[in-house]
Amino acid sequence: MKYVLLFVETERFNSDMAAMSPSERERAYDRVNEWFANHSDKLRGGSRLKSSDTATTVRLDRGEPVIIDGPFVEGKEVVSGYVEIDVADLDEALQAAKAWPGCPVVEIRPIDFEPM
Amino acid sequence: MTDAVHAQLARAVREHASRLAASLMHVTGDFATAEDLVQDAVLAALRHWPVEGIPERPDAWLFTVARRRGLDVLRREHNYLAKLAQLQWPIQPEPDERLRPIFICCHPALPRQAQIALTLRVVCGLTTSQIARAFLVHETTMAQRITRAKQKIKDARIPYRIPADDELAPRLTEVLAVIYLLFNEGYLSTAERAQSRDLVDDAEWLASLLHELMPTEPEVAGLLALIRLHRARAAARFDLDGRLVLLQHQNRSLWDRDAIEGATRVLASAAKQQRPGPYQLQAAIIACHAEADCWQDTDWEQIVLLYDMLLHLAPSPVTRLHRAIALRYRSGPQAAMTELDILADELDRYHLYHATRADLGRELGRPDEARAADRRALELTANPAEQAVLQQRIAYSYREETSDNDD
Repeated sequence: MKYVLLFVETERFNSDMAAMSPSERERAYDRVNEWFANHSDKLRGGSRLKSSDTATTVRLDRGEPVIIDGPFVEGKEVVSGYVEIDVADLDEALQAAKAWPGCPVVEIRPIDFEPM
Repeated sequence: MTDAVHAQLARAVREHASRLAASLMHVTGDFATAEDLVQDAVLAALRHWPVEGIPERPDAWLFTVARRRGLDVLRREHNYLAKLAQLQWPIQPEPDERLRPIFICCHPALPRQAQIALTLRVVCGLTTSQIARAFLVHETTMAQRITRAKQKIKDARIPYRIPADDELAPRLTEVLAVIYLLFNEGYLSTAERAQSRDLVDDAEWLASLLHELMPTEPEVAGLLALIRLHRARAAARFDLDGRLVLLQHQNRSLWDRDAIEGATRVLASAAKQQRPGPYQLQAAIIACHAEADCWQDTDWEQIVLLYDMLLHLAPSPVTRLHRAIALRYRSGPQAAMTELDILADELDRYHLYHATRADLGRELGRPDEARAADRRALELTANPAEQAVLQQRIAYSYREETSDNDD
């Protein structure tokens, strides 16, 4: 069963990261890399995204396509990346998410079907 | 149908439907299908048994209905059909098989209300309409809640298994929370909903089933003891007009001493494991009250100590409030009021906080402040049973004040 883990950053998380010393930040990245290494057999790809300032949203539900600067929902919590994992069930996905050492919110969504 | 027959029927359905659910889920591995089959069998039982009487072998009866219905429903699904054919009677599921439905119903990925509803339906064999009535919500709302939860179990693939050892503690906490909420819901609403399902009975049954299946988990024993200690005092909780009677004023000769002794034994044997937890400590606090022959004999020293331990394990402003109430009887109203002052911000929206302030205010000779606190407490609670308690507290305090003035 495939799930996508959506990683969500908060303002607090970003300011905490910014306040870290270079060596602290390095350790934080190490922990994230370790997570990727530990879960490599389950990971099926994913990416870190550029900041939500770079987002452009296209709305197709207002007649003509409307192009809007920014993410689809303005908020203090923004999606900052995602990975796809292939695990037996939700409990395994939860285990992976609970061990995530990065940003403080992770949404788990089962993949419905893949287009190709 | 008389209440006795009704209760007997509920017990028979609960005991046998839950075994059937466990077996069906074990065989098919499919939660939703098994759940539907059990629900069908339960509905059939509720149609037939009141008229024809409870059959000699209720489990065989339910088994036959579920199996027949299963064969109908699953005719096209060869996989299930073959599995259903393996289903053996008599149904004697292993302890693990009986635990699995409980853990899936109380999975943390489901909303609390759905956990409660599913547990009642799947593990206790209640119908959707019975659950809706017990929680005073519309039947379609309850049906939607259940459907959504079952859909999520399927779509998100919530597994049908007992959590691994390293996950067991938090998952068990979740199950205990569901049973405890169920108990509270039933316990607080006994007065107005006398005719509806006795959720307290379901909660005790669930706790005892869990205790039977997980005898070495002290918190399970703690919750069972907690529920039984509360129930042992049930006869003294309401006066002849159906109003709640506070512990302090209860007629203790109405308490069920045997039940108290039994519950205390369960608790004592759990305590031997030396793994204290919130339910064991709460039960121990109630046991202190239950073992006192009168209000004056209450061991407040011990109760304050138990609250300290409880706060250490599970810090909460509400627990601090309860500790302050105990402190009042150990160290006097001023000591308690000092504690309450610290909690003012955190508990400003909690009715019991203001009701307690009112009580202490009167004792400390500050009647105006007390009256304001009383009014605030009433404003803050919507629960009719709690409103009744508060009104009674207020009425009592006014009576007391009037009689003081008479002196």
